[in-house]
Amino acid sequence: MWELIRANKRKSIYLFILMFFVLAVLGFVIGGAVEPIEGPLIGLFISLAVFAVMAFTSYFAGDKVILTFAGARKVSHDMHPQLFNVVEEMKISANLPKMPEVYIIPSTVPNAFATGKNPENSAIAVTAGLLSKLNRDELQGVVAHEMSHILNRDILFMTLSGVMLGSIIFLSEVFLRSLMYGGRYSGGRRSRSKGGGQAVFLLIALVFSILGPIIAQLLYFAISRKREYLADASAVRLTRYPEGLASALEKISLSTHAVHGNNKTSKVLAPMYIINPLLEKKMNFSGLSSTHPPTSSRINILRNMAGGAGLLNYQRAYQKFSGERSSIIPISELRKQEIVGIRKPTVVQKSQKTQKKSIREAGDIIRAMSNFLFIVCVCGMKMKIPPDFKKKSIKCPRCLRDNTVPVAELAAVQAIGNEISSPIQNKKHKEVLNYRRKTKGWESFSCTCGNFVQLSPLFKGKHISCSKCSEKITIS
Amino acid sequence: MGGVLIIVVLLVVGGFFLVGMYNALIRLRNQVKNAWSQIDVQLKRRHDLIPNLVETAKGYMSHERETFEKITQARSQAMQAGNVKDVSKAEGNLSAAMSKFNLVVENYPDLKANQNFLSLQEELTSTENKISFSRQAYNDSVLFYNNKIQIFPSNLIAGMFSFKAEDFFEIEREEEREAPKVEF
Repeated sequence: MWELIRANKRKSIYLFILMFFVLAVLGFVIGGAVEPIEGPLIGLFISLAVFAVMAFTSYFAGDKVILTFAGARKVSHDMHPQLFNVVEEMKISANLPKMPEVYIIPSTVPNAFATGKNPENSAIAVTAGLLSKLNRDELQGVVAHEMSHILNRDILFMTLSGVMLGSIIFLSEVFLRSLMYGGRYSGGRRSRSKGGGQAVFLLIALVFSILGPIIAQLLYFAISRKREYLADASAVRLTRYPEGLASALEKISLSTHAVHGNNKTSKVLAPMYIINPLLEKKMNFSGLSSTHPPTSSRINILRNMAGGAGLLNYQRAYQKFSGERSSIIPISELRKQEIVGIRKPTVVQKSQKTQKKSIREAGDIIRAMSNFLFIVCVCGMKMKIPPDFKKKSIKCPRCLRDNTVPVAELAAVQAIGNEISSPIQNKKHKEVLNYRRKTKGWESFSCTCGNFVQLSPLFKGKHISCSKCSEKITIS
Repeated sequence: MGGVLIIVVLLVVGGFFLVGMYNALIRLRNQVKNAWSQIDVQLKRRHDLIPNLVETAKGYMSHERETFEKITQARSQAMQAGNVKDVSKAEGNLSAAMSKFNLVVENYPDLKANQNFLSLQEELTSTENKISFSRQAYNDSVLFYNNKIQIFPSNLIAGMFSFKAEDFFEIEREEEREAPKVEF
């Protein structure tokens, strides 16, 4: 896997340097257009400074900014046990050093993305719509795809190149606007005295600030498309079940269709998702300007992986399907000829989820995230109590029985929800429990939240955090 | 004088070499142990979950006594198993018993609607997946360690300090070995 990451890094760095070059030239030329003698250097300096500031912010807070921007909220194991378990499974399979943080985006459009600095500090966000539409194996496929982005070190790179693209767009935008609105007085006097040089610079700058963003965008998209194939290949290797990801992609692409221009996502954020959320109306628009490879070809490759779930199988299917001879996976990795068998699907419930049911389920997940309380009436009616509900009882709309509202529980749910849900917040660990070890063998005790905590004989640490409420417990 | 010096230098270099090899073996053995403990945690969790699941199911399916007995038996055998080889076998039997149980559950729609049962089943499925994913890491580290023990020159050190080859963890399921039966 290391070879894979290195090759990935190398290619990314080339493209990154190219983008950097575009940014530098842009700054240089714009500077020249404003002031022909000292201007180019000052412009260069300003453009690099803009990038440095943005890169700095994105390195230290980029993931939080993106998560907040997408409206994602951090969730605990209780909110969606299956999602949490699947992430944990993939963490084991990918041999990741630390469990990524899990976020849910309150949106009914199925999609997912990963972000973070490095495998130690990463986060995976999925939408409520995704959770309600996919079954266990499909969810596993999607989570594995995102995990591969973390594993292949795509996340930081995508964030940084997104920022670079942002800087380029920002600079050329500022320049073009200043020409449009401020051209009258900045040009006038000087062009008479120093004429020629500046006019040439002005022309070059104009061309560059129009072309620059386009070139940068193409580079950015080229980077992200290749990464999608690679992430698919590694995802299959992690789950050993290509059909899971294939049918997940199919389901996601079918329902993304209907929703164009979700205002929560921007152009810069788009390449981070598993499927481009800003789907163009023209499906065949698979040329240079799309952030993702066409979903249909991704699905076809996955379904044509005969005989195994290894990277080699993926490569063969890719060549067979696309007719291209280029390789998406580094040759040194293919040479290992690793054999990975395909596993059997998990037993799936036979009943197919209807459209209505899955939308209802997505709604329930979103409500649960916003601290709604669910009470079930004797007649089977499920009532959703909003967090600011004041009355002590509620009439069931179906059978008209009076149900008491557990006010204390409602308040408690809200208090816990507020503590864990905000992404920009330092985690505060209160040490509430102190457990004294009795023997050197297996031991278990219950946490204050009621969760069963187990201590292995090999556990040597002074603290352990509860897997359910993530409370820190002191072991002595 | 020169000859003595050369011999001393050779001895010192050789000593370092041997120490390095010994340390490498120790490191690999610890890696195997660590990988095993990852599996062990999950196995323990599985053994804790199964009785809960069975208890929940018992209320709904009282006629399936045989299935329950098989599970209980397989579970206690799996908990008693000592070395990796025995554990592999016992866990294989337990998996077989559980998959039979899962087939039987299909006939009880009320049970499948029980929220408690569903969440227990999800935990169990996840635990089983975790076992199979950590199994890969364990077997990889065992392969590496066993190779080191058998390959010259580290096999000399391994023989001297009695490093023993470790067993692979392979869950064998009976139903996977047999051809699938089709009933009409």
